[in-house]
Amino acid sequence: MAQSRYDLAILGGGPGGYVAAIRAAQLGMSVAVIEREHLGGVCLNWGCIPTKALLRSAEVMRLARHGDAFGLDIDSPRFDIAAVVGRSRKVADRLSQGVRHLLSKHSVTIINDEGQLAGPGTVRVGETLLEAGHIVLATGARPRELPEVKADERVIWTYRKAMVPETMPESVIVIGSGAIGIEFASFYRDMGAGVTVVEVVDRILPSEDEEISAIARKSFEKQGINIHTGSVVQEVTTSQEGATVRIADDAGEEHLLAAERVILAVGIVGNTENLGLEGTGVTVSGGHVAVNRWLETGEEGVFAIGDLAGPPWLAHKASHEGIIAVERIAGLDHVEPLDTGSIPGCTYCHPQIASIGLTEAAARDAGHAVRVGRFPFLGNGKAIAMGDDEGMVKTVFDADTGELLGAHMIGAEVTELIHGFAIARTLETTEAELMATIFPHPTLSEMMGESVLAAYGRALHI
Amino acid sequence: MPITVTMPQLSPTMEVGTLARWLVSEGDTVTSGDVLAEIETDKATMEVEAIDDGTVGRILVAEGTENVPVNQAIALILEEGEEALEEEPGSIEAVPLPSGPASGEADSEPEKAVVQDGPGKPASSGRKRAASPLARSMALKAGLSLDDVTGSGPGGRIIKRDIEKALKAGVPATSPAIASAWEEIRVTGMRRVIAERLQEAKQTIPHFYLSLDCDIDRLLEARREINAAGYRVSVNDFIIRALALALRDVPDANVQWGGDVIRRFAHVDLSVAVAVDGGLVTPVIRDAASRSLLDIATAMRDLADRARSGKLMPEEYQGGSFTLSNLGMYGIREFDAVINPPQAGILAVGAGYPRPVARDGALAVATLMSTTLSADHRVVDGATGAALLNAFRNFIESPTSLLL
Ligand SMILES: Cc1cc2nc3c(=O)[nH]c(=O)nc-3n(C[C@H](O)[C@H](O)[C@H](O)COP(=O)(O)OP(=O)(O)OC[C@H]3O[C@@H](n4cnc5c(N)ncnc54)[C@H](O)[C@@H]3O)c2cc1C
Repeated sequence: MAQSRYDLAILGGGPGGYVAAIRAAQLGMSVAVIEREHLGGVCLNWGCIPTKALLRSAEVMRLARHGDAFGLDIDSPRFDIAAVVGRSRKVADRLSQGVRHLLSKHSVTIINDEGQLAGPGTVRVGETLLEAGHIVLATGARPRELPEVKADERVIWTYRKAMVPETMPESVIVIGSGAIGIEFASFYRDMGAGVTVVEVVDRILPSEDEEISAIARKSFEKQGINIHTGSVVQEVTTSQEGATVRIADDAGEEHLLAAERVILAVGIVGNTENLGLEGTGVTVSGGHVAVNRWLETGEEGVFAIGDLAGPPWLAHKASHEGIIAVERIAGLDHVEPLDTGSIPGCTYCHPQIASIGLTEAAARDAGHAVRVGRFPFLGNGKAIAMGDDEGMVKTVFDADTGELLGAHMIGAEVTELIHGFAIARTLETTEAELMATIFPHPTLSEMMGESVLAAYGRALHI
Repeated sequence: MPITVTMPQLSPTMEVGTLARWLVSEGDTVTSGDVLAEIETDKATMEVEAIDDGTVGRILVAEGTENVPVNQAIALILEEGEEALEEEPGSIEAVPLPSGPASGEADSEPEKAVVQDGPGKPASSGRKRAASPLARSMALKAGLSLDDVTGSGPGGRIIKRDIEKALKAGVPATSPAIASAWEEIRVTGMRRVIAERLQEAKQTIPHFYLSLDCDIDRLLEARREINAAGYRVSVNDFIIRALALALRDVPDANVQWGGDVIRRFAHVDLSVAVAVDGGLVTPVIRDAASRSLLDIATAMRDLADRARSGKLMPEEYQGGSFTLSNLGMYGIREFDAVINPPQAGILAVGAGYPRPVARDGALAVATLMSTTLSADHRVVDGATGAALLNAFRNFIESPTSLLL
């Protein structure tokens, strides 16, 4: 340990913590990051990145399987699950090393250990006490369990085990249809497993626009995924061969589902334990540390960011909060609280889903007179050339002011498109600027322009 | 000191204008009141007058220049005895640009040019305030001047929340006189389509007009009998049927101009104009010539209802071959309609009025309905149009033929 006094001590080196560290270093602070496991946190090691590597293998597999559609003769493609997982781990390791390098480059001290609060302006790491002008808690979260269902990581998996399978299960039941659950459902289906999704709400991907949920469901069912919505898991029993899941549907009827493995994806709870919060002003509510819009906890000088501080559980939200907290600490002018209406969300299943802002229903509920535009992938040349013409771009505008209230997309590569609408929202553009924007041809992005035109009755290609 | 003529602010929201035309040239002598130039905005064209006597010293902004900021110098007028200036236009241009409200030096320069019929607001600020498009849109809607709003975005940019704050704090909308002078209503998609299509029609289609009166007493009688028998048929339904049959019999009028070819339609797909909130739509009665009067009546009622509640599918209002526009129910006696492109004809129908007619050498009273055909002379000639109108009148005046 180079020193024992820092301007800023950060607990947790995930996308919240490490980005906060770099920004603080840029602002001239001396910074220590205390990370008990891997730099990069869940995101790089057990979340965003390794799952995207797996899904890439699944995509290649799917394309190979449909090679004939592209004029290719690929004889029954096979895979080696150990190699697929191995690639995913290698990608994660490479990025984790990258974070280490970035932090060193900014002269951030990295302490590989567990840390906790130990009195005002003090952090304990093992036997050592560090003094810190300010402290940022960024310890992330872990999978939530259900009272009825405890993960044993043998038959009942959390994401952690689900992304490093040793063998390919013949069938899986995914409990929970949020982004994580749906990504695993998509991965395992593409790799050939029988997949069943159980969701308690009456539609999958419940935080997405209802129309998008409906299109996604249709597509997944076409791919052979079984979906039970409005269904409550009563009990999961495990045996040597697998698990039996008893669910009750919204009509109160019970069904028995059986599969080799169960993946539990019902949300997360913050890592609030063993942080030395007892006796401090930091309060925990609903499994997360309570913060104000400046990410300040109830304890002077202590901030909390990322998954620990509550939803949405997204890496870019964690990073952005890290920057806000640090700039606030540095006393910069013009620091803005997070605009929660402008956080894009992406799900990398097939077809992909991406959205920002209000759903159509939420916009109406908020009292907006809305104009809604829709443009189908069927009407886009690039989508057809790619052989992937399933999906839609939907835009929601305030009819009076032309404000882009929300955008909702499903289809190929939409996760790479949504940023266009994120920029639009951040710049507060209206439909007029979006209509004046020239989208390159032939690209999927043309559908963004068309969707805006459609909202005003001017779509060109439908 | 030469007098600077600046780009006038013609409305509180105007930020830039187009210098449409110069009516004077450098060296011209002008007296107060002479029109110097015409300025265009997207809303209006206005004239700029000289308010002093002098000579046009230099024209700084060329004719046809778009997006000239309000208060930018556009010309210099030399007073008597002044020599033409040699400075670069650039250095002069910079002089009169007034500043925002913060710097008190906004002098009287802008008043050197008067705008006729302008709303009379002194040009308070010519500098374009940095504001997000959404903030501009909201301010426009609320009648709020951006000059009265403090920006809190990056670099003082005015953003949505600043407008919200200003509205909450009750910042006065621009001066009341102006606020009440007009209201800006956002153009809806339907309005824009109507505007574009009809403008295109009048600019590109050589319209000609033929009028004819039809005696509808027998038709009214036939309608009374049919409805007394428990059916529901309107005069308009008879007209639809009559026009459809006339177009069937005069197929050269059921056509479309295609540049290299003329398209003659096999069926009569009749677009019928229906007034709806904020505009009009034209649902199509498909193959109207082969449909019975009752069939037409039922179809039309359904289409009109759904048109008014905005529930028509695009294929239900697109692709007609000819249009009927009936303003009889509004008491209009006769009118000329604008062709609905790419069609080549539209029949404008007025209300039936009792009028004196000469019959067998004696004066009688008949209910006459005036109709005017607007036709595209590129494809329909006078004789063809006349044949169509006469065929139409024959059907209208012998209504039993419409029941067959
Ligand atoms: C399967 C999966 C897929 C995902 N996919 C995406 C995606 O595609 N896009 C997206 O935006 N988000 C995704 N997420 C969510 C994303 O991973 C999280 O939102 C993000 O990692 C949160 O960052 P964080 O910095 O708050 O916490 P974390 O990334 O969880 O980092 C917290 C770090 O703190 C460390 N720590 C905890 N306690 C202590 C302690 N006491 N002392 C020292 N260190 C401690 C942990 O070891 C961990 O490294 C995914 C999550 C999962 C599980």
